[in-house]
Amino acid sequence: MTVVETTTQASGAPTQGHLAVHGVHKSYGTLEVLRGIDLEVRPGEVTVILGPSGSGKSTLLRVINHLEKVDRGFVALDGELIGYARRRTPTGEVLRELKEKEILVQRTSIGFVFQNFNLFGHLTVLENIVEAPVSAQKRRRSEVEAQARELLERVGLADKADARPRQLSGGQQQRVAIARALATRPRLLLFDEPTSALDPELVGDVLDVIKDLARTGTTMIVVTHEVGFARELADTVVFMDDGRIVEQGPPSQVLDAPREDRTRTFLQKVL
Amino acid sequence: MSTVLPQDESRQIAPPPAAQPADSSGDPSARSSTLPPTKPPRQAPSGDFESLRVLPARQPGRWVATAAVAVLLAMALSSLVTNPRWEWDVVAQYLVWPSIVDGLWGTLRLTAAAAAVGFGLGTVLALMRLSRSPLLQSVSWGYTWVFRSVPLILQLLLWYNLAYLYPTLSLGIPFGPELLSFGTLDVIDKFGAAVLGLGLSQAAYSAEIVRAGILGVDQGQHEAAAALGIPRARQSARIVLPQAMRTIVPTSVNEIIGLVKGTSIVYVLAYGELFYTVTVIYGRNQRVVPLLMVAAIWYLVITTVLTVAQFYVERHYAKGAVRTLPPTPVQKVRWSVQIAWSRVSGKPLPPSIPPAYAVRALPQRGHLTRTGRAHVGGAR
Repeated sequence: MTVVETTTQASGAPTQGHLAVHGVHKSYGTLEVLRGIDLEVRPGEVTVILGPSGSGKSTLLRVINHLEKVDRGFVALDGELIGYARRRTPTGEVLRELKEKEILVQRTSIGFVFQNFNLFGHLTVLENIVEAPVSAQKRRRSEVEAQARELLERVGLADKADARPRQLSGGQQQRVAIARALATRPRLLLFDEPTSALDPELVGDVLDVIKDLARTGTTMIVVTHEVGFARELADTVVFMDDGRIVEQGPPSQVLDAPREDRTRTFLQKVL
Repeated sequence: MSTVLPQDESRQIAPPPAAQPADSSGDPSARSSTLPPTKPPRQAPSGDFESLRVLPARQPGRWVATAAVAVLLAMALSSLVTNPRWEWDVVAQYLVWPSIVDGLWGTLRLTAAAAAVGFGLGTVLALMRLSRSPLLQSVSWGYTWVFRSVPLILQLLLWYNLAYLYPTLSLGIPFGPELLSFGTLDVIDKFGAAVLGLGLSQAAYSAEIVRAGILGVDQGQHEAAAALGIPRARQSARIVLPQAMRTIVPTSVNEIIGLVKGTSIVYVLAYGELFYTVTVIYGRNQRVVPLLMVAAIWYLVITTVLTVAQFYVERHYAKGAVRTLPPTPVQKVRWSVQIAWSRVSGKPLPPSIPPAYAVRALPQRGHLTRTGRAHVGGAR
């Protein structure tokens, strides 16, 4: 409630966090990992991306927050292009590549949760969460610390503020990483296999936190292998294979009555 | 069973029940007898192991080696003491001689300045090398190439002769008018030339050390910092470099120790550091060996101080990388004293002592003590 105030209007209908991905291509060397991706995520929606490893799921997430540059196509959040700016020149409109500094500013509106948490090991839990809002968004430290403690409470780790990441379990670390991603008040949250590095018994805690966020109207894209999670929470399930979106739609359609053979064989293996 | 009293060489797997303090009026906090002595031993194939004594393994080879080394050590020490040619009285006389102390100060000043130049510039060079600008990368690479190739002594002489190449140095607009101008010899005196020579060549080595440290930081840390939108300079200063320090520090202290001794090369410029001072004095009084010993002792002292400092700096940067920090020597001494006192007085150990150390307080140490099941405290 405290966190998503910025993304959710008082009326309850979120107006921010509209993501549009159009015709995105991306190659590493000669290997084409994304072969023309079109995806739309409406504000407040939860999109779950399923697919075999190597299908380009993680690359897509990394393209969305511009950790990877695209070769073709574009990504826009709330109508604002990620990584480029529209400029008028005497010869017509052009897209100018943004400087790294400007891209860094854009990234504060997109939260990213990594498979391996990537918490800063030398900083305490609280310092991990406070770092970006203070240094990137120039917010007052006292205000951010108060927010960070609320976030920690929300993920059930209020007593761990002064611990260092290595003193926590994997599940606890991932929950801190989620709190850290939320601290910049992003309009969109990206989860890259958030539970794949966890012991089975710790997965539940992390999923509970993500479910809680989903219910409060945070726009998010989750790459995961947890089909149960997709069924329960996704507004849209996207099935990817070989750099393309094979099929997308509500879980009842994609998971229970897939139209494509490829989707069916994958689901048979996973379930 | 209880008649088998533990002798010096013997250890018992389990303290016999009768050896336990029977009265409950004993110190309540003595964590005694956590072993369940009443529980019958599990049926072992050949009977009751628990009543058998444990003898330590014999290590004759170790004893022979220890004795041989001890003899050699004693011989070396005795020759240091008995051979009058060491002239320890002369060493003592010159150890804190005013000009020696001045020379020592010169060495320290030179080391500090050269290390500051070396590691400051080295960090900049490392960041240049890792930047995305091809020019910055190439300049950094070229710098390291040149300054690692040219011998230090040659560089020192070259810098000292800079006035021959450029009699005046000036500040001004590039290819434009001069604003300030000074004589090269006024700016680069012996100390200046020494700092330049030592510092600039040190920078080439430090650059590689810092770069290695940065490369050693997990790629995920760089990515997470970028994904959070943390500004680039802050990413380096707050996220990457502090974690790189863990690998940078040990090699850097190595380099600084090398630098301390490297300053002795500066005697070619006749700069009054420790080694040059010593050579001047023995040139006059011919007491070569004792004066060399004076210098050696001071280099030993400096290195010792640096090594101690290294321990604490490393410990500082280990925060977050290890779950429990290694104990400091001061802590180790304090714990040992507390444990010894506990054994003598029979008082319980303070709870601040970690279990790994508290085990030492046991009156008998057998392999059960390592499993943590044995009782801890003065259970005499």
